[in-house]
Amino acid sequence: MCLGIPGKVLEIYEKDGILMGKVLFGNVKREVCLSFTPDVKIGDYVIVHVGFSISIVDEKEAMEIFKTFSEIDEVYK
Amino acid sequence: MKFISEYKNREIAKILLEKIEKTLKNKWIIMEICGSQTHTILENGIDTLLPENLILVHGPGCPVCVTPIEIIDIAYNLSLREDVILCSYGDMLRVPGTYGSLLDAKAKGANIKMVYSSIDAIKIAISNPFKKVVFFAIGFETTTPMNAKAIEIAYEKNINNFYVLISQVRVPPAIEAILNSPYCEINGFLAPGHVCTVMGYKEYEPIAEKYKVPIVVTGFEPIDLLEGIYLLVKALEEKRYEVINQYKRSVKREGNLKAKEQIFKIFEIGDMKWRGIGVIPKSGFVLKKEYKRFDAINLINEKYFSKENEICIGAEILQGKKKPFDCPAYKKICTPENPLGALMVSNEGACAAYYKYGK
Repeated sequence: MCLGIPGKVLEIYEKDGILMGKVLFGNVKREVCLSFTPDVKIGDYVIVHVGFSISIVDEKEAMEIFKTFSEIDEVYK
Repeated sequence: MKFISEYKNREIAKILLEKIEKTLKNKWIIMEICGSQTHTILENGIDTLLPENLILVHGPGCPVCVTPIEIIDIAYNLSLREDVILCSYGDMLRVPGTYGSLLDAKAKGANIKMVYSSIDAIKIAISNPFKKVVFFAIGFETTTPMNAKAIEIAYEKNINNFYVLISQVRVPPAIEAILNSPYCEINGFLAPGHVCTVMGYKEYEPIAEKYKVPIVVTGFEPIDLLEGIYLLVKALEEKRYEVINQYKRSVKREGNLKAKEQIFKIFEIGDMKWRGIGVIPKSGFVLKKEYKRFDAINLINEKYFSKENEICIGAEILQGKKKPFDCPAYKKICTPENPLGALMVSNEGACAAYYKYGK
């Protein structure tokens, strides 16, 4: 139930006074309510739960684990 | 898919498993709260790769599983009324109640619509002004802002044929209920990443301190789970009883302020019954006084008789006391095709996960 899927924001617009957008998941495009992430920009990745974005993916934090492990790799080499 | 496939990386998984093995000195029992995490663990065989001294138990984090049978029975009976359209997330449709599931009601002619989002239920209410449209508003903190948004829209647009049947629960009081049990042996928790995306993790800090249990806010992919387990083991061995955030790409300490604001505009904290556990004080979100007219309970005059299946041990499994294979019905008379209890139905239920991944 608490499933959240990351998708890329392609469009942002208002519909009936609500902040909405088109979000791409793999190759599926869906309309998503963006009102809980008002600072979202086109190109951002958002985590979407039951048709609403709940966070904007922090790309720097997302890469942290790979950075840490590539440094470990360097040490082992 | 970006931000999913990278977190299934084999090499990093191996390094994390080695780190867990090297760090682990004592025997620890840890609980993952969220049912989605239980599925990732079983799907990827993470439980079989961990050292023997590290025992994983599965928690109550499956909203479908903890929705009380009384509420399911109300939904079932409401859906059979000619003046009602019941809108529900797909997960709820197969959960067995006293009279059957919502799918059984649909087979009897009930008007039940599966919705993807609470906004869909609002649209159905607008296009069916002569019907009472009841949205089955279940969920943890992750789903509560969306339920609140639908009620706000109904309030602002005067959609007076829209109702909500509510079963919304909060994770922190459930963790405390588990820890307060005299039989509790759990040493640390993996907290659910999407609940904390909405709520943040300030609420977990006093729990970690009071009960001396480290809590790691964790994501949902295999690498997230392994890193979460590693951070938890490390904290346990170092006797650090604090909250650690593994799922930083989505979770901030203060949570999503907009979503929290939306919750507390419509709801307030109240007592809530959990299926299999009972009433946990302050463990739910209930309608504030000014929105009580949207409560679907207003539509019923009678009390429906409710009775749990006597064989199913779902209650003990939800609390981490037993595992699915301890149940006499598991795989014999209880299967995903013919579930006795909610845990065999839901995609997040522990019994369904054990069944699907061949335990």
